[in-house]
Amino acid sequence: MARIVGGITTSHIPAIGNAITKELFEDPYWKPFFDSYPPVRDWLNEVQPDVAIVIYNDHGLNFFLDKMPTFSIGAAPRYENADEGWGLKPLPPFQGAPDLSWHLIESLVAEEFDITSCQEMLVDHGFAVPISLLWPDRVKTEPAKQIKTIPVCINTVQHPLPSPKRCYKLGQAIGRAVASFPEDLKVVVVGTGGLSHQLDGERAGFINKEFDLMCLERIVDQADSLTDLSIHDLVREAGAQGAEFILWLAMRGALDGKVRKLHSNYHIPISNTAAGLLLLENAGL
Amino acid sequence: MPHPAPTEQPSIPGTTIFDGRMAMKGYPLNKMCFSFNEKANRDAFLHDEDAYLEKYGLTEEHKEAVRSRNVLRMIAAGGNIYYLAKLAGIFGLTVQDVGAQQTGMSVEEFKAKLVDAGRN
Repeated sequence: MARIVGGITTSHIPAIGNAITKELFEDPYWKPFFDSYPPVRDWLNEVQPDVAIVIYNDHGLNFFLDKMPTFSIGAAPRYENADEGWGLKPLPPFQGAPDLSWHLIESLVAEEFDITSCQEMLVDHGFAVPISLLWPDRVKTEPAKQIKTIPVCINTVQHPLPSPKRCYKLGQAIGRAVASFPEDLKVVVVGTGGLSHQLDGERAGFINKEFDLMCLERIVDQADSLTDLSIHDLVREAGAQGAEFILWLAMRGALDGKVRKLHSNYHIPISNTAAGLLLLENAGL
Repeated sequence: MPHPAPTEQPSIPGTTIFDGRMAMKGYPLNKMCFSFNEKANRDAFLHDEDAYLEKYGLTEEHKEAVRSRNVLRMIAAGGNIYYLAKLAGIFGLTVQDVGAQQTGMSVEEFKAKLVDAGRN
């Protein structure tokens, strides 16, 4: 049977993609950020997951306001990255795991989550930057040996956004779906985005360290206490785009009730954002 | 109980909730900006901006906001920052440049404010 080995949450700021392209790993601005990733890569090397379920938000590459699904899941053998308009170099395609994708879609719809299934899905920086951070050698690896991926996209562009509680429950249903997949696969769940940031309005540049640190601590073993937050609470406390924390909660929902925190990092700023990183291992592993 | 809709909650200073009302108001503006994912469209905008604004059916308010290069005005006209970022990208501007403009700071001041947020 398939099993979830652990979960990772990481920010997905576009500037990281540019910094990777320019290899700014030792640059004083970037070093404290990039130096936090090797322990997570070491864990991935040791555990060798077969599939990454990547919970992210599209920022206007695949979806426009003409059709804006709340929850959508990729069901394709591969996913293309593309020009987002402001200079990030597109990456080679990402490999899919369509059998597990369809199993997720079937299980989630059976559990009353109304999913949009996507046989073609452009994945943007919200998906691609975390993959580049976690599997930096992917682009040098032949496609068949690359990590297989399943994009799970949650709307954070146009309100109403799904509530923190709903996203946490979606994650729980993803956890059950993986556990019922007959193939012997190791699955890692990645939640991307966050932490506090706001790009728009007179409050642009808003950061809330106290709130972020509270979230980073509680999501480990008191995630229930975060699911009563409203989207309005998240926008007020974490900034308009800090509402991406719902993606972290979806990741946490997919893990067991008990987890081990193996690594975390918090760094201000990367561009306009407080960058967060967390590695949780299922306690039953 | 479900949470009340954001529009029924106290407003957050300096923050526009991009809900259905704003999404309808800004639709042509955002649709134009969405087109800037493609280089040919970015080039067409630079080649003849007025014609491009016309092609996407922008309202006078949208057009004036775009011509003013003022991001707060674009947001008031229904622009969403993720799409507006693609317009900013045509001019080589990042979200830090856009943040500085919206907060009335120089880009260096805006960046310093972010760095300071990590020290407190």
